[in-house]
Amino acid sequence: MSELIRKSAAELADALAAGETTSVALTQAHLDRIAAVDGDADAGVHAFLHVDADGALAQAAASDERRSAGNALHPLDGVPIAVKDVLTTTGLPTTCGSKILEGWVPPYDATVVRRIKDAGLPILGKTNMDEFAMGSSTEHSAYGPTRNPWDQTRIPGGSGGGSAAAVAAFEAPLALGTDTGGSIRQPGAVTGTVGVKPTYGGISRYGLVAMANSLDQVGPVTRTVLDSALLHELIGGHDPLDSTSVDAPVGDLVGAARQGAAGDLSGVRVGVVTELSGEGWQPGVMARFSETVELLTKAGAEVVEVSCPNFVHALAAYYLLMPAEASSNLAKFDAMRYGLRVTPEGSPSAEDVMKATRDAGFGDEVKRRIIIGTYALSSGYYDAYYGQAQKVRTLISRDFAAAYDKVDVLVSPTAPTTAFPLGEKLDDPLAMYLNDLATIPANLAGVPGISVPAGLAEEDGLPVGFQILAPALADDRLYRVGAAVEAAVTSAQGGPLLDRLPEVLA
Amino acid sequence: MPETARAEISREEVAHLADLARIDLDDAELDHLAPQLAVILESVAAIRGVAGDDVPPTSHPIPLTNVFREDVVRPGLSAEEALSGAPAAEEQRFSVPRILGEEQ
Repeated sequence: MSELIRKSAAELADALAAGETTSVALTQAHLDRIAAVDGDADAGVHAFLHVDADGALAQAAASDERRSAGNALHPLDGVPIAVKDVLTTTGLPTTCGSKILEGWVPPYDATVVRRIKDAGLPILGKTNMDEFAMGSSTEHSAYGPTRNPWDQTRIPGGSGGGSAAAVAAFEAPLALGTDTGGSIRQPGAVTGTVGVKPTYGGISRYGLVAMANSLDQVGPVTRTVLDSALLHELIGGHDPLDSTSVDAPVGDLVGAARQGAAGDLSGVRVGVVTELSGEGWQPGVMARFSETVELLTKAGAEVVEVSCPNFVHALAAYYLLMPAEASSNLAKFDAMRYGLRVTPEGSPSAEDVMKATRDAGFGDEVKRRIIIGTYALSSGYYDAYYGQAQKVRTLISRDFAAAYDKVDVLVSPTAPTTAFPLGEKLDDPLAMYLNDLATIPANLAGVPGISVPAGLAEEDGLPVGFQILAPALADDRLYRVGAAVEAAVTSAQGGPLLDRLPEVLA
Repeated sequence: MPETARAEISREEVAHLADLARIDLDDAELDHLAPQLAVILESVAAIRGVAGDDVPPTSHPIPLTNVFREDVVRPGLSAEEALSGAPAAEEQRFSVPRILGEEQ
């Protein structure tokens, strides 16, 4: 295994700037790693649905040419990246993990994809995910699950298990993910990597195939907090193509990460959310969480407990609002304009074709959510379900507002448990949904969150994530506190968590 | 989630909803999905009665106003690009099955 692939994106950017390596060399090193460990649907990590070796190497060669002429486009010019398969990419298939979009090559780039292309980052390929980002284990991919690099019999989290596993297994230094209820942060937690859900509207959703418009957000998936800050600054900022895009500066996130890494949190007020602990939370997860809170205190932070009483209703509100939005969004897959078309025998009408196509093209979880959404939006149930859920959303935002009157950031474990065995919760939707207990409130309120590795749980030796939540548009706080957590945990445990990753087998 | 009143959903209702959502579920799928949906609905039903009439609904996490842009022509997809993913195309148009059912 090449030493290049173990470096952070920031280190790779420095090495490129110093002329110590080339983009072709490090892109090839990552492609070699993918070839060695990624395997396929049946074995290996299976983080990628599509690898674009030729395209990535051509982009790398162009990057090297620019750099040698002194025309690098961005500090990350030439550093390769993986892209979740829910973001449109011209020239590369975009399946969203669904059979209904098998082989679809979009005619336009997502804004975030356009920005990484314009900055010269070679795209290694598209990463695996739960179908249309619906799931917490990547097992709902129509193309077979991704396996957790820490233990390939276990889930890598979801929906963005592919992006998280790719960076955890050193198949890519950077990846893009999307987070509707935890799909960046929960995979980050269970794979020992860093994942950020930015403020809603902070990063363009143009070209992100929507599950739930009012909850979806694109964000960075990396191994270090600084790398997330670098990527966040690159992809963030206003986009006229997304009418929900916030017209405000991204802020100095890299500066915040560097400040945090220095380790001083004097004057920072940290709130531990009372409701995100207790029964059902794995002891090893809680132990690592409490230790990390201790480290924050040692770094000078003032830690208090904060109650957010309506968080207990967040899961129910989310599993009404999200399916309602998803059922509307997925109506566009009608077998007429793009994607799969299944034509039943005889002389079927457009409606017959639509029904047959959607039955064949959608998996179980997508069908469940479409039907729940259709139910929640139907007359007679609308007020009792959808209307109530929207009101609960208000109550959750009020809880956040009250909490941020008292503290600068809120913290909790990212997920209640470590990675569970593949297959364990596949036919138990409620058990699967509980994985997102701690991550969902941020999506409902639009506030930003990060998951940073907190070590390994005692009982199973698997990674635990530490979640930090900040007020809307205060994403810089995630990076300051996140980098401080990273530095303190790394120092307390004698090195980065991923140094302890067992050998990854194909 | 706290326990409250049960939400009932029958196999027939699931079939009806699937029909509304244009998904052709067969008997085996209905047998498989209907009980799972009942469990999910029973769980989310906890939300009924949580918020009173005085609580305004939130449709969107960050307050939004309508967004306008200058009324100027911008490049869009060519016909070829727009049709590039079509299951069937003819004369620069999407080719679709007949729209009306037999009985219409």
